[in-house]
Amino acid sequence: MSEHHHKETFVTKYIFSQDHKMISKQFLITGIIMGVIGVLMSLLFRLQLAWPDHSFTLVEAFLGSHQTDGVMDPDMYLALVTIHGTIMVFFVLTAGLSGTFSNLLIPLQIGARDMASGFMNMISYWLFFISSVIMIVSLFVEAGPASAGWTIYPPLSALPQAIPGSGMGMTLWLVSMAIFVASSLIGSLNYIVTVLNLRTKGMKMTRLPLTMWTFFITAIIGVVSFPVLLSAALLLIFDRSFGTSFFLSDIFISGEVLHYQGGSPVLFEHLFWFLGHPEVYIVLLPALGITSEVIATNSRKPIFGYRAMIGSIMAIAFLSTIVWGHHMFISGMNPFLGSVFTFTTLLIAIPSAVKVFNYITTLWKGNLQMNPAMLFSIGLVSTFISGGLTGIVLGDSALDINVHDTYFVVAHFHLVMGISAIYGLFAGVYHWFPKMYGRMMNKTLGYWHFWITAIAAYGVFFPMHFIGLAGLPRRYYTNTAFPLFNDLADVNVVMTLFALLGGVAQLIFLVNFFMSITRGKKATQNPWRSTTLEWTTPVEAIHGNWPGKIPTVERWPYDYSKPGHDEDFVMQNVPLKEGEEES
Amino acid sequence: MLALFYIFIAVAFSIGIWQVNKLLRFTKKTITDENNQEVLAFVQSEENPLATEKNNDLHGKFFLAFLIAFYALMAYCLIFLNDIMLPESASVEGENDDNLFLISFVLIGIVQFATQAMLFFFSYKYRGVGNRKALFYADSHKLELIWTTIPTIVLTGLIGYGLYTWNTVMDLSDADNPIVVELYAKQFIWEARYAGADNTLGRGNVRNIEGINTIGIDMTDENSADDIPVRELHLPKGRKVVFKFRSQDVLHSAYMPHFRAQMNCVPGMVTEFGFTPKFTTEEMRRQDETVRKVDGINKIRKAKGEDPYIFDYLLLCNKICGASHYNMQMKIVVEEEAAFYSWLKKQPTITEIVQ
Repeated sequence: MSEHHHKETFVTKYIFSQDHKMISKQFLITGIIMGVIGVLMSLLFRLQLAWPDHSFTLVEAFLGSHQTDGVMDPDMYLALVTIHGTIMVFFVLTAGLSGTFSNLLIPLQIGARDMASGFMNMISYWLFFISSVIMIVSLFVEAGPASAGWTIYPPLSALPQAIPGSGMGMTLWLVSMAIFVASSLIGSLNYIVTVLNLRTKGMKMTRLPLTMWTFFITAIIGVVSFPVLLSAALLLIFDRSFGTSFFLSDIFISGEVLHYQGGSPVLFEHLFWFLGHPEVYIVLLPALGITSEVIATNSRKPIFGYRAMIGSIMAIAFLSTIVWGHHMFISGMNPFLGSVFTFTTLLIAIPSAVKVFNYITTLWKGNLQMNPAMLFSIGLVSTFISGGLTGIVLGDSALDINVHDTYFVVAHFHLVMGISAIYGLFAGVYHWFPKMYGRMMNKTLGYWHFWITAIAAYGVFFPMHFIGLAGLPRRYYTNTAFPLFNDLADVNVVMTLFALLGGVAQLIFLVNFFMSITRGKKATQNPWRSTTLEWTTPVEAIHGNWPGKIPTVERWPYDYSKPGHDEDFVMQNVPLKEGEEES
Repeated sequence: MLALFYIFIAVAFSIGIWQVNKLLRFTKKTITDENNQEVLAFVQSEENPLATEKNNDLHGKFFLAFLIAFYALMAYCLIFLNDIMLPESASVEGENDDNLFLISFVLIGIVQFATQAMLFFFSYKYRGVGNRKALFYADSHKLELIWTTIPTIVLTGLIGYGLYTWNTVMDLSDADNPIVVELYAKQFIWEARYAGADNTLGRGNVRNIEGINTIGIDMTDENSADDIPVRELHLPKGRKVVFKFRSQDVLHSAYMPHFRAQMNCVPGMVTEFGFTPKFTTEEMRRQDETVRKVDGINKIRKAKGEDPYIFDYLLLCNKICGASHYNMQMKIVVEEEAAFYSWLKKQPTITEIVQ
C-alpha cells in the first residue's frame, strides 16, 4: 500500500477524495451546514410558539411569501417542523455523526490503510451531498417544502389538496430521502466489510474499542432497516404519481371523492417505523460509543464492564428492530399487537440501564480530566438518563394513550436522542479534532459552549414534559385557540428564551471550529494520552495512515492506570510485559 | 417577556465576542528572526489546550452546582407546574391509567434523582488531581448482575400492570349495552353521529357524501334511518360509550385528554375506543384541581382583558392534519343520563334531516 505516491490534484484531494479522513471531514462540514439550517428553523418556530401574534423582522426576512407582516403562516409552521425534524434526524445526526466518525475512526482504530472500498466511500458522500442539495432546494419551491411532519404519514403527505407542501415540496423530499438511503446503505456496507476484514494483526473483535463496536452494530441496523424506508418512499411515490392505492382509501377532499380504494395508511406507519425506530439507535449508538471512549480516556480508567457494554449494544440493536409498533399504539392497529410492542419496548430499558450504570462506575474513583469532550460526554449520560426514563411512560401502551403526540413525547425524544446524540457529536469533534486537522480546538470556548448548551437544553426540554402532561398536542401552530392552554403560554416563552440561548451558544462552537482549523494550536501526536491506534499515526495525516508498517495490536483498548506501568495509559500496540495478564 | 429576549441575545453575544477576542488576543513580543535580528512581532497568547488541574477543579465544582440547579428545576416543575396539569381522570377506565402513571412516575423519579446525583457527584468528587492514579477497575460480575436483575424485576412489574391496564381499557367486548357514537373527522371539523333507537350505526362511506349528508351515511342500510348526526358531543355520566372513528380525508386523532382517551381516525377504516364518563361537566367544574387550573387561566385572561374561561371537556385533533390542525376541536358535554336522553330526543335523525 505504500505505493500510494501518484500525484494528487486539488480535485482528487479535496473534492472527489477517496481518503477516509477527507471524506469524514466532508461529512462533518456538510452536517454542520445542515445543522445550522435545522437549528435556525427551530428558532423560528420557537419564536412563533412564544409570541404567536408578534411581528418579527427575522421571520419576514427568512420566510418571504410564507409570512404576513412578520407572522409566519400555519402551513409554513408545519413545513418548518417537518424539515427541522428531517434535517436533524437524517442529515445531522445520521450522516453528520455516523458518517463523520465511522469514516474517520474505523480505519484508524482497527489499523487499516483505508476503507475496504474508497470509491464506494466517495460515492456515499456524494450521494449524501446531492440529497442535501435537493432537500435544501425543496425549501424554495413555490408552494413550500414538505409539511406533513417528518414522519410524512399519508394521506396528508400524498394529497396536495390537503396541504400545499404535499405537492412539489413532498416530491423533492421523497427523492432526497431515496438518495439519502442509497448513500447510507453504501456507507454502512463499507463500514461492515471494513471492520470484519481489515483489522490489523492482533485486533480481535474483543479488542475493538467500543466506538468500533457501536459503529459496526449501527451499520448493521442501518442495512437491515433503511431499505424499508426506501420501499415506503417508493410506494408513496407510486400512490402520489401513478394512481396506485397502497396507502390510500376512501378519500373525499375538496368536494370530490378520489379513486383510491383498499389501501391503508397504517401500512405506511408500519413501514416507516420499521426504519424510524431503529433510526433512533442509528443516531444514538455512535454517540454512546464516542462517549465510552471519551469517558474512559478522560477518567484515566478502563471502561467498566467492557463485555457487558458490547452485550448491551447488541441487545439494544436487536430489540430496536422489534419495537417499532410503540409509535402506533393508537393508530388503530390490533390492541394485541400493542401488548407485544409494550413488552419488547420496556425490555430496552434493561440494556440501557446497564450502560448508564457502567458509565457512572467508570467515573467512580477515576481521575477526571475535564476536557470539553469529557464535559459533553458527562452531559450525554445525564440527558440519556432524563430522556430515557420517560420512555418507560411512553413505551407503556396504556399510558401512551394520553401522552401520545403531546409535548411530553417531544421532550422525551429530544433529550434521549436529539440532545444526547448532539452531545456525542460535539464530544467526538472536540476529542478527535487533532486527528482531523492536526490542531487543537480552543478549550475555553469549548467550556463556554458546553455550559451554555447544557443549561439551555434542560431549560427547553425539561419544562416541556409538563406542558405535554397538561395535554398540549405537538405540531400546533399556536396554542391560543384553546383557553384551556392559556396557562402554558409563560412556559412556552421561557422555553423559547432558552432555545435562543442554546442557539446562540452554537455560534461559539462554529467560531471555535472554523478558526481552530487554521489557527488552533498544533497538536501533539497523542494529546489526550489515549490508548487506541489512531494516536499512533503521525500528526500530519497521510494517505495510508501509517508511514511504515501498521502496528500490531497486543492488548485491549482500555489499559488506563493499569498497575505495574509507570504511565497511566498503555497503548494497544505495546506488548504485554512478562507475566502481565490481559484484562 | 419580549424585552428579556433581547437582553438574552445581547448577553449571549457579548460573551461570545469577549471569548473570541480572548482567543485572538495577540501580544507584542520581541523575537529573533532568521537573520538574527530582533524584531517586534505579534504572537498569539499561549493557552494550554488540555484541561489543567485548575480546569478540573473548576468544572468538577460546576458539575456539583449543575446538579443542585437541576434538582431545583425538577422540584420547581414538580411543585409549581402541578397546577397546570390535567385534573384527575374523568372516565372510570382512566383511573387505572392515573394509578399506573403515578407508580411509573414515582419510580422514574427515584431513579432520576439517584442516578443524576451519582453522575454529577462523582464528576465532582473525582475531578482530576495531578498525581492521583485512577483505580484500575474493569469489571465486576456481581455489580453487573445487580443492575441487570433489579431493572428486570421492576420492569416485569410495570409491564404486568401496564398490560393489565391496556387490556382493560381496550377490551370493548364486555361492555354492557353501551351507547354507540361515531366520531367523524375531516379537515378541520369534528362531527358525531349517535346510533339511535336500534343502537347500531348504519354503514358509512365517503362515496355517499351528498348535500346535507356530510358524513356519507349509507341511506340504503336499514340501520341508518334512526341515526342522529350532531355537531356537539353529549355523553351520559356512568354509561359506557363506545366510539367508532372515521375520517374522510387525512389522518386525524381524536384526543379527549380529560378522559385519558385517544384514537386515530384513519381514512378507509373504522377504529374504536370506549370509556365511561365519571363526572358531569358541572361536577368537573367544581372539582378542586379544575377550579385551581381555571383560576390560574382566568388570572392570565383578565390581565389581557379577555373574557373569563369556563371549563368544558374537549375533543382535540392530535395528528397533524393541515393548516388549521391547531384549531380542530369540539366541545363535549357530560350530563346525567336523563338530561342526555332529553337532549338526544330533540336532535333530528338523518331521515328527518334528509327530508
